[in-house]
Amino acid sequence: MLSCREVTRLLSLAQERKLNFSERMQLKMHLMMCKRCKSFSGNLNTLRKAMQKFKQRDD
Amino acid sequence: MSTDHNDAHAQFSDAAYMQELQSQMLKFANMQLNDHQLAEDAVQEALIGALKNARSFAGKSAYKTWVFAILKNKIADILRKRHRTVEMTNLAGNSADEDEDFSRLFDERGHWHKGMGPDSWGDPEASFKQDQFWQVFEICLENLPERQAKVFMMREFIGLESDEICNNEDLSVSNLHVILYRARMRLQQCLEMRWYSEGEAYA
Repeated sequence: MLSCREVTRLLSLAQERKLNFSERMQLKMHLMMCKRCKSFSGNLNTLRKAMQKFKQRDD
Repeated sequence: MSTDHNDAHAQFSDAAYMQELQSQMLKFANMQLNDHQLAEDAVQEALIGALKNARSFAGKSAYKTWVFAILKNKIADILRKRHRTVEMTNLAGNSADEDEDFSRLFDERGHWHKGMGPDSWGDPEASFKQDQFWQVFEICLENLPERQAKVFMMREFIGLESDEICNNEDLSVSNLHVILYRARMRLQQCLEMRWYSEGEAYA
């Protein structure tokens, strides 16, 4: 069972490379059961979108 | 791809803007280095370094954030060579910051501490429409330790591939992942604290 800390590492890693089957499965299991990490996951995606938007923003 | 009037060259053709940016950079570098010649050199190198990678920044805030990240790294290099410990406000380059492991967020089993776990930020588009959000976002980027800032921006702004960043910065791939992880954790916390927990985010 992955800890939340390991999950945050894995979620960040997922933005760098494709996760293998085992990593994906363990991640999925944890996210199904952990509301905090599920939030973290969504927030990371928002962060990525924000970076792209920030760069493209005309100000 | 960027349109002509949106690329980095547009920034450079705005002489007043460049003048102002350079003067801000010089002021900052002087304050950190206490040496006008070194400060000038650092600023020049930073501008060249930023231009090399700045393929397309539509707006000035993002470009400025990027340029300052380069500058801070240059300054940190100079200071390391000099072995000087100077009181630095924005230059959070000490290894304690760079090497943090976020242990205070997690309990001994590695689960989020009660009350430390992230909340969902909801629909991001609502925040993205607000100017104030972007001011906070900029602050959060600027608060990153300079190595994290530079590497993270190379990845997420410039879009360099891992091996390019590793080559440029003399990092292993696993070092890179650790740095990016730390940057993301910090940014999450900063945004959570300064924006999303104010209750403004929930559209």
